[in-house]
Amino acid sequence: MQGAIDSTTAAANGHAVAAHEEHQDLRVLGLITFLASEFLMFAGFFAVFLVFRGSAAEWPPKETEVELLLPAVNTLILVSSSWVINLGTKAIKKNDLAGMRKWFGITAAMGAVFLAGQVYEYMNLGYGLKTNLFSNCFYLTTGFHGAHVFIGLVLILGVLWRSRRANHYTDITHTGPEMAEIYWHFVDVVWIVLFTLIYLLTLLN
Amino acid sequence: MAQADVSIKPTEVQGGHGHPDKWKWYDYFTFNVDHKVIGIQYLVTSFLFYLAGGFMAVLMRTELATPDSDFLSPDLYNAFLTNHGTIMIFLWIVPAAIGGFGNFLIPLMIGARDMAFPKLNAIAFWLNPPAGAVLAASFFLGGGAQSGWTSYPPLSEITANLPQTLWCVALVMVGTSSILGSVNFLVTIWKMRVPSMAWDQMPLFCWAMVATSILALFATPVLAAALILLTFDINFGTSFFKPDAGGNVVVYQHLFWFYSHPAVYLMILPIFGIMSEVIPVHARKPIFGYKAIAYSSLTICLVGLFVWVHHMFTSGTAPWMRIFFTISTLIVAVPTGVKIFSWVATLWGGKIRYTTAMLFAVGLLSMFVFGGLSGVTLGAAPFDIHVHDTYYVVGHFHYVLFGGSVFGIYSGIYHWFPKITGRMLNEPLGKVHFVLTFIGTILTFTPMHQLGMQGMPRRVAMYDPQFADLNQLVTVGAYILAVSVIPFYFNVIWSWRSGKEAGPNPWNALTLEWTTDSPPIIENWEVLPVLTHGPYEYGMDKVDQVGPAGEPTEATQA
Repeated sequence: MQGAIDSTTAAANGHAVAAHEEHQDLRVLGLITFLASEFLMFAGFFAVFLVFRGSAAEWPPKETEVELLLPAVNTLILVSSSWVINLGTKAIKKNDLAGMRKWFGITAAMGAVFLAGQVYEYMNLGYGLKTNLFSNCFYLTTGFHGAHVFIGLVLILGVLWRSRRANHYTDITHTGPEMAEIYWHFVDVVWIVLFTLIYLLTLLN
Repeated sequence: MAQADVSIKPTEVQGGHGHPDKWKWYDYFTFNVDHKVIGIQYLVTSFLFYLAGGFMAVLMRTELATPDSDFLSPDLYNAFLTNHGTIMIFLWIVPAAIGGFGNFLIPLMIGARDMAFPKLNAIAFWLNPPAGAVLAASFFLGGGAQSGWTSYPPLSEITANLPQTLWCVALVMVGTSSILGSVNFLVTIWKMRVPSMAWDQMPLFCWAMVATSILALFATPVLAAALILLTFDINFGTSFFKPDAGGNVVVYQHLFWFYSHPAVYLMILPIFGIMSEVIPVHARKPIFGYKAIAYSSLTICLVGLFVWVHHMFTSGTAPWMRIFFTISTLIVAVPTGVKIFSWVATLWGGKIRYTTAMLFAVGLLSMFVFGGLSGVTLGAAPFDIHVHDTYYVVGHFHYVLFGGSVFGIYSGIYHWFPKITGRMLNEPLGKVHFVLTFIGTILTFTPMHQLGMQGMPRRVAMYDPQFADLNQLVTVGAYILAVSVIPFYFNVIWSWRSGKEAGPNPWNALTLEWTTDSPPIIENWEVLPVLTHGPYEYGMDKVDQVGPAGEPTEATQA
């Protein structure tokens, strides 16, 4: 995906300028198409989780209860970071590079805090991946989501790294930040579903 | 539908191309982003994998020539059985039909210079050879995966752990390739058509690829999820599919077939697209029912996502599910029938040229109808329960996959080889190839139905002596099929070097790929073509005199 956010590659093979402009829009479309597909992988995991939940006598079993406070704070951080990153792309659309860097930096920090919170939660739960079917599902889905947050973080840092070059991102060329934002919203949406299923639904028991 | 705008000016090419005028032979072995190079890379690699998968089939049929297990060890037989299926599906039909024809033809058919994301396209291709290498490695590191291409747990979790894991890795690689390719196809067809081409003026192959791509996008990630869970079960001590620890094996089957039934349509929809191109050109008639064929592809795609449980009628499936999925399965036969009737109606009263491409297309029609009918019988739960896991199923899916997909790929090669290489294939050799393939297919796969009805189980290296006669007939057929590829591969290699020069449009066809040189120049056209007629207006004014510059007719305005 690294190549896809490089706004200079499309120009490399000497296309007409107009064709290059067209390519910029298409990359956003391509990313959305890809993420629609990616979402279905998570849907597969969620479906498996729901099937097990529906057929288990006790879910989650006694020794593997989930903690709610930390994940709730984490949710708040991740969901609000979606607004923060949006401020960043809004800034670059007004050619405010410093603004974009500021908001993207804050988003990256929030993402890092989220990941750190996740790791802290893993270390303090008192059960591991292998403990039982619930913990299998718990670690697998949160782990895969965490990996996606990590990729999103790398994308944001990549945008920040590239933005040190003057005029790399402007009010006209900002596909990179835009794609990073879309990806970030994607991990956010996946988390909301995940949080509802794995954490909130346990309250119903 | 939008009005056809025939007055668009040709788009000028800007100067300063950043590439050579012509690719050298070694460019085909590199990370090249030209869609035509990538298309050829897909086709050549998939035809090599076809030989590997075919070789395994020949060894299995040799084993099955006698009832005893006396040629291959049962373990090796299982490994060949698993990898024959895996290679033929994921490294032969899918990359050849979707990656090969899709990449080579789509930009040419819609008047684009390349795909929307050339680099992504190259990445998608280069996931395939390593996937093949991983499968090959699985043979040396523990004798190959042995649980069949479906890899149902618990079998897949208790046999050959390392090869099974490698098998999962290989499949995730080709799956990723398929998703990336589909993103490219969808966006390209959606956004990169030449400005004068409306949706309903697109060649039907492109419609088929839209449907194929949607299916791949929605179904493939679910297979990835299943394989990831399986890998975790095998290697990291989870118990998703371990019943003794609360897991559920049927959940795997649901995830697997949610992908793998649509995978059947992944392998046949592009072929349907090839049929819709080959038949009108060689019958010199406009395609019958353009919209019916276009929309039936989308219908197959949609309904095809909701039929997967018909593979699981014997997995303790609830009665209401059996009824629902029997009905939805039978409904798929309707849009498929629409296509079959449209092709037959296109042939009706046409000036048919019996080229090899056309012979394979007509051969496909008859084979596919037979395979489709046995599919309808299998879709009905009461009958399916009777023949489940017997050779009847093997006969059925080989009729649709070999008699359907492989015939279609052959037809497409004979049709587009002149465009791809600039040279004609040898027709007499092609006809030898067709006759051998046709006879071989019938001999190999027809007796399997009877064997299945008599109760011979599939996936076994030894069988009851009462089945020996029919099995020997099948083995003879398989050998004929093995021999049939010799004239084909010879023809391709020889013609690529020294076949007759083809010229830009040897079939006098109307779709845009025939308006450029053979092989097409890099970036496809000096000046992008302008659409002046629909893709299938054969014999509309002066019979067969309609060239690429034909006058717009009423049909283009419709």
